[in-house]
Amino acid sequence: MKINWFKYASPASFYPLAGQLVPKFAAVAAVLVLIGLYVGFFHTADQLGGSNPQKEYYRIIFVHVPTAWMSMWLYLVLAGWSAIGLVFNTRLSFMMANAVAPTGAIFTFLALWTGALWGRPSWGTYWDWDPRLTSELILFFLYIGYMALHSAIDDSRRADRAAALLAIVGVVMLPIIYWSINCPDPNNCAALHQRSDPGSIHASILIPMLLITLGFWSYSFATAFMRLRDIILTREADSAWVRDMLLEARADTGGGSGTSSGVPAGAGRGAV
Amino acid sequence: MKARQKRLVFVGIAVLGVGVAASMALSALQSNIAYFFSPSQVHAGEHPADAVFRVGGLVVTDTLRREGDGLTVRFDVTDNAKIVPVSYTGILPDLFGEGQGVVARGRIGTDGVFYAEDVLAKHDESYMPPEVQDTLHTAHADGVVETAAPSAKPATMTVTQ
Repeated sequence: MKINWFKYASPASFYPLAGQLVPKFAAVAAVLVLIGLYVGFFHTADQLGGSNPQKEYYRIIFVHVPTAWMSMWLYLVLAGWSAIGLVFNTRLSFMMANAVAPTGAIFTFLALWTGALWGRPSWGTYWDWDPRLTSELILFFLYIGYMALHSAIDDSRRADRAAALLAIVGVVMLPIIYWSINCPDPNNCAALHQRSDPGSIHASILIPMLLITLGFWSYSFATAFMRLRDIILTREADSAWVRDMLLEARADTGGGSGTSSGVPAGAGRGAV
Repeated sequence: MKARQKRLVFVGIAVLGVGVAASMALSALQSNIAYFFSPSQVHAGEHPADAVFRVGGLVVTDTLRREGDGLTVRFDVTDNAKIVPVSYTGILPDLFGEGQGVVARGRIGTDGVFYAEDVLAKHDESYMPPEVQDTLHTAHADGVVETAAPSAKPATMTVTQ
């Protein structure tokens, strides 16, 4: 059996699939984040060990680290879809990149803020021009720049290509953010952040952290697909399938879920 | 070459260029933009003269003392090789303590004392509940676990940063 991978590269066939996936990802996100927060807040030590330990405030790690991870991962996703869009000229890839950008920007913003709130009690400052903080701030500006550039160009296809190029160039920040702490020679990367690894994080702290990360990831899928559906409808407003779908939804007076039913290109249930 | 392949090459070159730029930026960051200087570097005169810079290291045990005004503190910062005496007037962060990592920002006086404008504390890289940390400490003190307890040696670990 040959699977047609390109079937879902068409906005018309991905639109209903995205509609089905949104509630699933949203539910998974809510469950994982709630479990993670519950375990993190109620089943972990009130303060860390050591001679001069971090007190209760260390628990912001359960939000801070997952948001920081997601901010970098989503930028990679953004740049990846941009590159695929540039190479294969697929409309949906650019739309995907567009849909991911605001979620990535939100996570970057939250990583910076939770970092500030953690830094005040532990380091003694909300902000310092430490390499990790500075590079993360630049990542935030890149997200903002991507969205601003895209909305500044009226022709959506030109906007796609210009913003995609910016996204790819911005990938330069990801290794810088990563190695601002994890550089090969630790003497060279002096920072306020301390390099850590899963081995020095106790399982009771690591597991909720990972649960929340997975929850945020699921949340990213849900919000990106929601946004993607809006983008598809806006951009394909003149196409036959959108018109048919809207007509059908209007005819179907009682039905609230007129989105996934009766789409000409096929709803693709069970084809995942 | 088809148009799609041309675009693939184009994007490939762009990614390659970005990679080169990233490695250059990283090497520049490592050699030029030092976030803080270690006491050894200060002794070697690598710090900028007549300018504000940061000194990072560990607070030497039993060197922390308060001046008569009750607000000024003096302590020594070391990287286990050299020592820089630091004077600071103000409120110290919660995690500040002897044997802990600190980053002080200020300028060095003619008397060789580093007059800090602000002092930040570093926290160590281990996230362990107290009972686990204590077990690791005891085991390490007994010489039982040498390799399995890197977090039990925050003093030597933080120096490498």
